[in-house]
Amino acid sequence: MIKIIINWLALPYMYVSIAIVLFFLTIRSRKLWTGKAGGLLLLGSILFLAYSLTDEHFRGLVTRPDNVPIVMLLFAVGFFVWFALKQAHENDERVMQGKPLDEVAWKDKVFVWPNLVYTELICMVVATIVLVVWSIYIPAPLEQPANPSSSPNPSKAPWYFLGLQEMLVYFDPWIAGVLLPGFIILGLMATPYIDKNPKGNGYYTFKERKFAITIYLFGFSIMWVLLIINGTFLRGPNWNFFGPYEPWDIHKLVPLNNVNLSEFIYVKFLGTGLPKHWFFREIFGIALVVGYFAVGHWYLAKKLLKRFHDLMGPVRFHLMAFLLLVMVATIAKMYLRWTMNLKYIIGISEFFFNI
Amino acid sequence: MPGLKDVMESVKESQVWKSVARNPLPSNARTRALAVLNNVFLHLHPVRAPQSGIRLKYTWCMGGLTFFVFLVEVITGILLMFYYRPTVEFAYADIIDLREQAPLGLMRELHRWGAHTMVITVWLHMMRVFMTGAYKPPREFNWVVGVVLLLLTLLLSFTGYLLPWDQLAMWAVTVGTNMARATPFVGYEGPGAALLKLGDINLVHSADDVRFALLAGRFVGEATLLRFYVLHCVAIPFVATILMAVHFWRIRKDGGISGPM
Repeated sequence: MIKIIINWLALPYMYVSIAIVLFFLTIRSRKLWTGKAGGLLLLGSILFLAYSLTDEHFRGLVTRPDNVPIVMLLFAVGFFVWFALKQAHENDERVMQGKPLDEVAWKDKVFVWPNLVYTELICMVVATIVLVVWSIYIPAPLEQPANPSSSPNPSKAPWYFLGLQEMLVYFDPWIAGVLLPGFIILGLMATPYIDKNPKGNGYYTFKERKFAITIYLFGFSIMWVLLIINGTFLRGPNWNFFGPYEPWDIHKLVPLNNVNLSEFIYVKFLGTGLPKHWFFREIFGIALVVGYFAVGHWYLAKKLLKRFHDLMGPVRFHLMAFLLLVMVATIAKMYLRWTMNLKYIIGISEFFFNI
Repeated sequence: MPGLKDVMESVKESQVWKSVARNPLPSNARTRALAVLNNVFLHLHPVRAPQSGIRLKYTWCMGGLTFFVFLVEVITGILLMFYYRPTVEFAYADIIDLREQAPLGLMRELHRWGAHTMVITVWLHMMRVFMTGAYKPPREFNWVVGVVLLLLTLLLSFTGYLLPWDQLAMWAVTVGTNMARATPFVGYEGPGAALLKLGDINLVHSADDVRFALLAGRFVGEATLLRFYVLHCVAIPFVATILMAVHFWRIRKDGGISGPM
């Protein structure tokens, strides 16, 4: 019964919505769980994983050698987000009480030998033991010899690129495989130049950097890690969705009835049929995309984040606003696909230009 | 009869010992400083550092672990190169031999799981640096170098993925590189590519676009294997090593481990 509910909750729009709501709830209510409750939560999720392992299909999925690191990643990210926010919360409390930051209280210089060198040695020994034990118990996967004439179903990219492969469902390859990763790298590189907040340099804090930390953690945990989990565990043959306890049926039928925005407008609402020339056909889509970015930039700069705009100056601000709008638009497009089967907002196949 | 202590004492007094370990074992401030200063590896560190910055609680040792796992990858990788031939004829059989025949048949496992570990630790290292605001001035440029290193880590892992030459390898790389042909202007199915023409002749087509450059062919084949092998074993580690040197150097030059101003 629980498994049926969970399979239902694992539907894309369900679990992404839940994850997004949960993300903001956890950020807001960090007081509650940065203490022991967070540890209990982690313990609970480990017990739940143990319970899930009693399901044959789930066990087969999770214990596949190449999927082991992803389970590790899931728990590692959970633990370290908790650990970082716990220290941030403690520091924020200290500042409120007028006490110095934890890092300031420990700022005395000590000798690197032995204080740091020994820590590093212990870390190296532990890492070596973990790697050797892991290697002894789980052999590296090796499948049949490469065969160009038979492609496995599903064909998956290496796990760290599965978030991008998931994007291929909603976008053409030039966006999913080129533009979006390009924006991620550009955005990360630009971060220190965009973020003009002088506070929070060199210590854990949340209150002094709410915006930056929320955006970063959202991007990393939801849009990167969650989509990797999704691509590994919930995408089966033909890249169809399967619940975590649902066997991968290669014959699962999923209707393919995605429609372009132009068809929505001309065929469904106006009933006139598509215009011949691509410009008139796609004019609504182009207007929507251009309008989204224009209004978005205006609204962020003049209303929602006016404070930042004045602080950062126009170049920094609009670079940040653009990346933020792309992030939101990516999620919006995913929802439009799930709820309305929208294929392309702009679909100019004549030039391979589809958005 | 001389005791163990006497033997140790005479070893430490010997010319050989003294020539190798220039300083006495660290026991006081002076010798601790010398231990770090006089050792080529340890002198990556300063002699003294703020306690807040070297606590495990603050750094999680993630950067250090990433570097350590990189060294594990280099060592196991060199050992694997003794046995592995990057050709369609031999690659797969050599991988089988690595498991069945080669002494210490654990090296491929260590190499593969180490690669996964490195991807995870490098992400967590980035998260730690972000959460402590350690990318803020004066460390902006080092963060940029770090982003490039993260990208190189992923590319190292990706190029290595092909080398076993099994179904997993071939199709993961096919899926991964298929996107390249849609690169705007330089991929033959990318937007804008059709605009680049001389008369009737397309300048960008399936045999000269960016995917072709990556695969050394239209499909994943023998030439791709060699190309990925060289990228994986020589080219990317070469660039990554240089950038790592810059990364570590800049930590020191930008004021050491981050901490409150």
